[in-house]
Amino acid sequence: MIRDLAHLSDEALVALVARSDETALAELYDRFGRVAYGLALRIVRDPTLAEDVVQEAFLSVWRSAGRFVAERGKASTWLLTLVHRRAVDLVRREEPRRGEPLEAAAAGAGKATDDEVWLRLRRAQVQEALQQLPDQQREALELAYYGGFSQSELADRLGLPLGTIKSRMFTGLARLRELLTETEDPWTTRPSES
Amino acid sequence: MDHETVRELTAAYALDALDRDDEREFEEHLAHCADCREEVAAFQDAAALLAYDVETPPPPPALRERILQQARSERPNVVPLRRRWALPAAAGLAAAAACAAIGLGLWAASLSDKLDSERAARGDRERLVAVLADLDATRIPVSGAEGTLVIARTGEAALLVTGLEPAPRDMVYEAWVIEEGKPTPAGTFASGGERTAVVLTRPVPEGAVVAVTLEPGPVEQPTGEPLFSATV
Repeated sequence: MIRDLAHLSDEALVALVARSDETALAELYDRFGRVAYGLALRIVRDPTLAEDVVQEAFLSVWRSAGRFVAERGKASTWLLTLVHRRAVDLVRREEPRRGEPLEAAAAGAGKATDDEVWLRLRRAQVQEALQQLPDQQREALELAYYGGFSQSELADRLGLPLGTIKSRMFTGLARLRELLTETEDPWTTRPSES
Repeated sequence: MDHETVRELTAAYALDALDRDDEREFEEHLAHCADCREEVAAFQDAAALLAYDVETPPPPPALRERILQQARSERPNVVPLRRRWALPAAAGLAAAAACAAIGLGLWAASLSDKLDSERAARGDRERLVAVLADLDATRIPVSGAEGTLVIARTGEAALLVTGLEPAPRDMVYEAWVIEEGKPTPAGTFASGGERTAVVLTRPVPEGAVVAVTLEPGPVEQPTGEPLFSATV
């Protein structure tokens, strides 16, 4: 039986997943698989490991969706937090490769599907918000989020007091949160497939 | 940690940038501070949006099918087979478990190359990783050795032991699931060394004991004394 799940919110999908609805899991993957993989790959820098990270994150959603439903958060945040946490756990063991730019990974070419247009729109909005942060705050956020560095690792790496790093992260993320909440409305709903 | 100190850490927590000790303390605080939980949720929403500022190739199409297949094989996920263990720092432990899971998964992968049956090894590895990656898994300390018995919500279990001597020549370690005093074989392994991670061949029910003996080969009933054990 093929059902159209495209009109459901992410949270409604998770509620279906909590009832072992496999098509809902598939729909969630179709919505977030690419972003999840992109994030994992950027952090772990190895396609096979990135796949493992994504697989475990989605299976974790499958196993504990019921608990998530009870907590009432944002489904995309939950999923991407699972991906991020796994990827960071992995990369904290592999010091040397971190923080280097990911080469030749850009997938800019190719035809732009609706999904890709949507992803690019979001990307542009996040980039714009990041550009509005002072360089030092942006640097702290990027190194922490994409590089997987902890606060104290960052302090060491940048030769700064821990307190400075803490305050840059806090102020930077708080500002980003404001900026992104302001612009959130246009893209909290995905384009309809119909 | 007092509330103000903790509040400073919310952003770093949302970015997964806390050092381990801070993270543990932070999560302890979080467990009983609704304000901080709310703050964290908002910061996590913002942090998660950073994921969109990444342009990379799409995942291989096979990944989708692999995830769905694995999910199917774990069905049903609705009825928890075990009660969740109420641990004070459950989230912190879960993070550590996930961390260990990935580390051990990789490590098991390198081991698996050495095994004769690639397919069997891969199955074991996947099961092992699945058990270790279950954030709600129960973790029970082993007595008689330094280690942990990890029981996923599916009932599948893995034994993690550090510093186990390799089994003597012609001997194997054999794991047992003991219910009401009756042992059933749950797999053999020979490897010792710094870290041993073995997925058991049978699920571990509530109230059972898992024990390991040294045997002359795979046997149906234990002949040796338990070297170490864990009570569920």
